[in-house]
Amino acid sequence: MNARECNHCAGLSRSRLLHRAAAEAGRGLPSIEPGMPLPAGTGLSRRTFLAHGLGAALAVYGASRLGIRAFEEGIAAAANGPAGQPILVSVFLEGGADTLSVLSPQGDPLYQQLRPKLALAGGTALREDGRLFWHPAAGGLAELHGENKVTVMPAIGYTKADQSHFTSRHYWEVGATDPDLRTGWLGRYLDRVGTPDNPLQGLSLDDTLAPALATAKLPVASIAGPDQYDFWSNRVWGEVETRMLEAFSLLGSRRPDPALQSVGAVAKQADRLRHQLLPFQSTSDGKPAFTSPVLYPQSDDPFPKRLAGLAAMVAAGLPLRAVALSAPGQYDTHSAQAATLTSGLQLTSDSLLAFQRDLEARGIADRVLVHVWSEFGRRAKENGSAGTDHGAAGVGFLIGTRVTGTMVGEFPGLANGLDEDGNLKATADFRGVYAALLEQWLGTDAAAIIPEASSFARPTLIQ
Amino acid sequence: MPQVPGVAVYRGRFGAAEAERLLWRAGFGPRRGEAEKLARLGLEGAVHHLVSPSREKLVGPEPHDDKGKPLAPFDAWGHDHLWWLDRMVRTSRPLVERMALVWHDWFATSNAGVDSQRLMLGQNQLFREHGLGSFRELFQRVTADPAMLLWLNGSDNSRYSPNENYAREMMELFSLGADRGYHETDVRQQARALTGFRNDWRPSAGPVNFRYDPRYHDSGTKRVFGHSGAFTWKDSVRLCVSHPDHASFFVAKLWSYFVPTPPDRQTQSALERLYVRSGHEVRPVLAAILRHPTLHRGPRMIKSPVLYTAGLLRRIGRGIDTTAWVWLDAMAGQQLFNPPNVAGWDDTRWLDTATWRGRWWIAQYVVNPYALDPDKASQPADADHLLERALAFWRGPVLEVQTHTALRTFARNALADAKSATWKRRPYAVMTQNALRHLIAVSPELQAA
Repeated sequence: MNARECNHCAGLSRSRLLHRAAAEAGRGLPSIEPGMPLPAGTGLSRRTFLAHGLGAALAVYGASRLGIRAFEEGIAAAANGPAGQPILVSVFLEGGADTLSVLSPQGDPLYQQLRPKLALAGGTALREDGRLFWHPAAGGLAELHGENKVTVMPAIGYTKADQSHFTSRHYWEVGATDPDLRTGWLGRYLDRVGTPDNPLQGLSLDDTLAPALATAKLPVASIAGPDQYDFWSNRVWGEVETRMLEAFSLLGSRRPDPALQSVGAVAKQADRLRHQLLPFQSTSDGKPAFTSPVLYPQSDDPFPKRLAGLAAMVAAGLPLRAVALSAPGQYDTHSAQAATLTSGLQLTSDSLLAFQRDLEARGIADRVLVHVWSEFGRRAKENGSAGTDHGAAGVGFLIGTRVTGTMVGEFPGLANGLDEDGNLKATADFRGVYAALLEQWLGTDAAAIIPEASSFARPTLIQ
Repeated sequence: MPQVPGVAVYRGRFGAAEAERLLWRAGFGPRRGEAEKLARLGLEGAVHHLVSPSREKLVGPEPHDDKGKPLAPFDAWGHDHLWWLDRMVRTSRPLVERMALVWHDWFATSNAGVDSQRLMLGQNQLFREHGLGSFRELFQRVTADPAMLLWLNGSDNSRYSPNENYAREMMELFSLGADRGYHETDVRQQARALTGFRNDWRPSAGPVNFRYDPRYHDSGTKRVFGHSGAFTWKDSVRLCVSHPDHASFFVAKLWSYFVPTPPDRQTQSALERLYVRSGHEVRPVLAAILRHPTLHRGPRMIKSPVLYTAGLLRRIGRGIDTTAWVWLDAMAGQQLFNPPNVAGWDDTRWLDTATWRGRWWIAQYVVNPYALDPDKASQPADADHLLERALAFWRGPVLEVQTHTALRTFARNALADAKSATWKRRPYAVMTQNALRHLIAVSPELQAA
């Protein structure tokens, strides 16, 4: 089966969970004595809560004895924390997206020759470089580009690109061509500017933590979606449930064994995150805890929903700094590339357009910048399976109201722009872009985060 | 078992606690009484019992779905996961299943690309039958395995249209390691050597008729790792296995599945010698790792989600009676036959806030059928007694003092809350029992071994 069906299944399972939660809540609890507690959270309107702002709503929850101390800390963190901070959203196209399809060089005389089966025709030409055309499925990006909200990086990478998915991806994740570095580049940024009690500062909207967010000392979080972080136990309710969930963090006391210690540490982070996300849990009748001002693409893939949830979290003032998620689609197109690439790219591009419109409608677009990247591009010459093998320089984008929209690096052309293996040569280094993002967008010293930062030229990225 | 020169052997006490750890590392944890039984064999006997097991017996209730119907592993979504999880829970040859899981991660193939549970289970059977024998034999069979041929485009790769997907991963991930002893030219030359596999597609049946057709093979001379010859796919595998950098890759990778800290240099090279001299046999290396003092006395390892689930079920003697384990294990980060990519799962990153929640729900689904009714059941209104009973539910796992204290504090607080009204006394004690069982299952001691 594919990931889509799997998510579908998780969705079903989740609705089953919610259904059971609702059944449990209304199970006819013995009404023998007045003052019988309802299950925690019952009857609270999360939407009103969001509309009234964070502090007021937390007071409502605080009154129900639910982890009062942790809530007070949470209020303090949200109020004094980096609510007005710029947020960087990293979107990963996993597998090595084909530059020569996403931005097809139809104006390059060698394109047809190298891509007899796969060459694209038509689409919108880029105003900066008339040789390049947007893939028809990337209309959303083309639209935003027309509004000067997309910066295009047509040949981004590094010299002597490693063609292993895992090695090259690792380099991008850690922000250095160092196979042994164990922290992500965003993780090191968070270690420098973050706080020890706020896992939301680095948020992976995924089933597992994005390595780019891996920190050395501070907590970061991973959740499938902001509305999917509930915990309960069958036949445990009321005060006992509250006590049980409080015991979470008690399990996290220090241990000498590193494995026991790390389980305990994650339990503590989960406890803190649970408090931060309580306002986003769906009501027991299954209604979503937030609404979006725009329509997102309908899909079984979680990507559009995650972006919608992210916009709601930013709007609610949650203390986010760096967010990572994976785009839908399969970009490692060794065979049958045309169809495979199109569906994923379409959903990715449409969802990013909706996200941008959502941020704009909420009036928070100036706080968010999206960075789209892939571990490498693909071989200029197509292979025999109507696909392409691993290449070197790839394609990337920066999206937001604050980007300059000026192309970073140029398209090197297919006559002179290929290396000895027939792969596109990089005309911009990803570490220079990271350094520029850190300095110009996140306002921190890149030298402390990117190894040998001074050796990379910084393009001007932010207006 | 013969002493391996240069590899230390654990000589300390081998009681039930030590046997339990061995059963976690070489299997899926003990069933009731199993650790005690294994301890009676002594370390040597125990390791021998694991690496050379007698015929498989499946112990415990037959698997079924939520409606009581038998599993349909070839056809129904997720039943492949359940089918294998059932083997892990019921097998009398835990190391065979555990090694199949190692190979599934090592040669990570995903149904996301294969789209056939039948072919995925075919590959799984290969891991079960050949997982403890010759690595070269296993590697060869994997190279020609239909699921792998689809997953890494092996049957797309022909002399007319080379596709280097498998060629790269066979060196990078399966035998040598990234950037160790090969170059981009070797990738392309190996791709040529690997040409010749084909299959057909039928609208009704999907991929069928997997075969080797010499007409599609590039019979010219290739140059791989400095050797020249008219190499075929078998040579391709042979060249990888006989490459001077292979043994060190093999030993370090195999070791990492069983011991969380890398071997010291002396142990590493002694195991490499053992591996090469045995003719690339898995079993002797594995036996030496299982007897090593670091496994028995070193730090604990975090259990993978599937190990965690199978272990909880074995502990209480419950069989597969719901399909929930599929999405629960996926939530915790490990759906069998669906590794995240060809590099397999990252064993150093099982836990984060999302996957921790997955484990919470696994534990909840394990205890749920046994949850006591707060209106009808009764439990002692005493924190220590409640904790004693909850530990007995899990057959008495050993918890560290910090966990004991945390659980007792919870139980005391919950019972203290009950004092505010008489109606609360009975249900609160019962709910505390339910909660304790759940909390013990998610405690650090039950998530690592």
